[in-house]
Amino acid sequence: MNMDGTPKRHFHEELDGLQELLLTMAGRVEQAVARALEAVAVADATVAADLRAGDGEIDEMESLIDERVQELLALHQPMASDLRLIITVLKVANDVERVGDHAVNIARAVRRMRKSSPPPELRELQEMGDVAREMLSDSLAAFVARDPGSAMRVHATDDTVDSLRKSLFRIMVTYMLEDPRNIGSGLEVLLISQNIERIADLATNIAEDVVFLVKGREGIRDMKNWADHDADGGEDEGG
Amino acid sequence: MATIHDIDTEGRPPALEARSLSVFYGSKQAVKEVDLVVPAHKVVALIGPSGCGKSTLLRCFNRMNDLVGSARVEGRVDFHGKNLYDDDVDPVEVRRRIGMVFQKPNPFPKSIYDNVAFGPRVNGFKGDLDGLVQDSLRQAALWDEIHDRLGDSAYALSGGQQQRLCIARTLAVKPEIVLMDEPASALDPIATQRIEELIYELKKDYTIVIVTHNMQQAARISDYTAFLYMGALIEYGPTDMIFTNPSEERTEAYVTGRFG
Repeated sequence: MNMDGTPKRHFHEELDGLQELLLTMAGRVEQAVARALEAVAVADATVAADLRAGDGEIDEMESLIDERVQELLALHQPMASDLRLIITVLKVANDVERVGDHAVNIARAVRRMRKSSPPPELRELQEMGDVAREMLSDSLAAFVARDPGSAMRVHATDDTVDSLRKSLFRIMVTYMLEDPRNIGSGLEVLLISQNIERIADLATNIAEDVVFLVKGREGIRDMKNWADHDADGGEDEGG
Repeated sequence: MATIHDIDTEGRPPALEARSLSVFYGSKQAVKEVDLVVPAHKVVALIGPSGCGKSTLLRCFNRMNDLVGSARVEGRVDFHGKNLYDDDVDPVEVRRRIGMVFQKPNPFPKSIYDNVAFGPRVNGFKGDLDGLVQDSLRQAALWDEIHDRLGDSAYALSGGQQQRLCIARTLAVKPEIVLMDEPASALDPIATQRIEELIYELKKDYTIVIVTHNMQQAARISDYTAFLYMGALIEYGPTDMIFTNPSEERTEAYVTGRFG
């Protein structure tokens, strides 16, 4: 034990290193998302290959985080905020890694879309992408700042993305009904919107993790209660 | 002001309740106006850095501090509605009903059997002594290992076995509460694990208050944890809360090892 004047310096340095690694990884993933959404905007089919290559590196970082977390848990038996931080890093790393996968999926859909007739200009898709991207960067900023308040705002924004996706769904159904030749690109657009929606969901998870990190389990309970009050109705309608 | 979280006594009267309890060694105040409710059939851990007063506080609970010449106790410790420090309370009777296990195993230089039988004999026990010794050794999870050599010297046992023998000796006088002052700190990891399992078993029949230097141990075995610092109770609440999300910064600093 090292409580009488000797803080666990070594352990806390490693903990700082772990966070840095996560933020580096998250930075790469944010870039990947930005590039994927840009590819959507300008119909750039070449981005997919780049992102696929970069995704391997992101996966490696996640494995490294897993390993370090295991080590820290086994060797130091962390408590209280240290314990919550380690759990949070593990969960956020997992979510961030999946965001990376969705970025790759989006870029691939863009590549496939090139072969069919191009879809109409889609304001909703762009807006969804912008909102999801902002949610991701806000949730990560909330993690860095340990700010449950902005984490809660990310949580609330998720509804915007959901309703954008729903209206996009209706638009695309109409578009595909107009001409069966639109079905190929129409489905790709829906696929992209689904991936964007998942990114927004994962950003929401990260925001929840930040609330847990700062306030513990009770914070999560409070947030869920608050969200339930806030968003009654608005059930899923398929897609 | 200490943060005292909800202590659920599950509808039962608490086993012990300290109120504004202070202890002075001469002019030095070692325990400062502590309020602490110990729920029945629970394990309460007292943690804190060396010299924080946790052992002194523990010793108040069965008037062990009476044996320290310079110690003076103020405030009260209620046990079955009676202040342990009232003039008409017999400290010997208190120590029978509130037993104590110490840091280092301290068996008497007698046989295993006589160690366990010692307390009941002194108290004039008239029943089935063999049965009582056996029950106590079973409760202390020692019977299976030593039942065929009850006549051997207690010193022939390993350290961990000696500590369990001391627990059996404490249990033999049928206490309601068992106080433990770092009961596993002199033991190896395997013996420590056995003591921890034993504590878990014992709370069915007893209330346990344990002082430990080992925070992981407190986290593993206790239901409630009290953090003391410089004689004051800083925070007291459910163990999972104290170790995952304490309210007081000093508790946080201590359990995360940032102290100092």
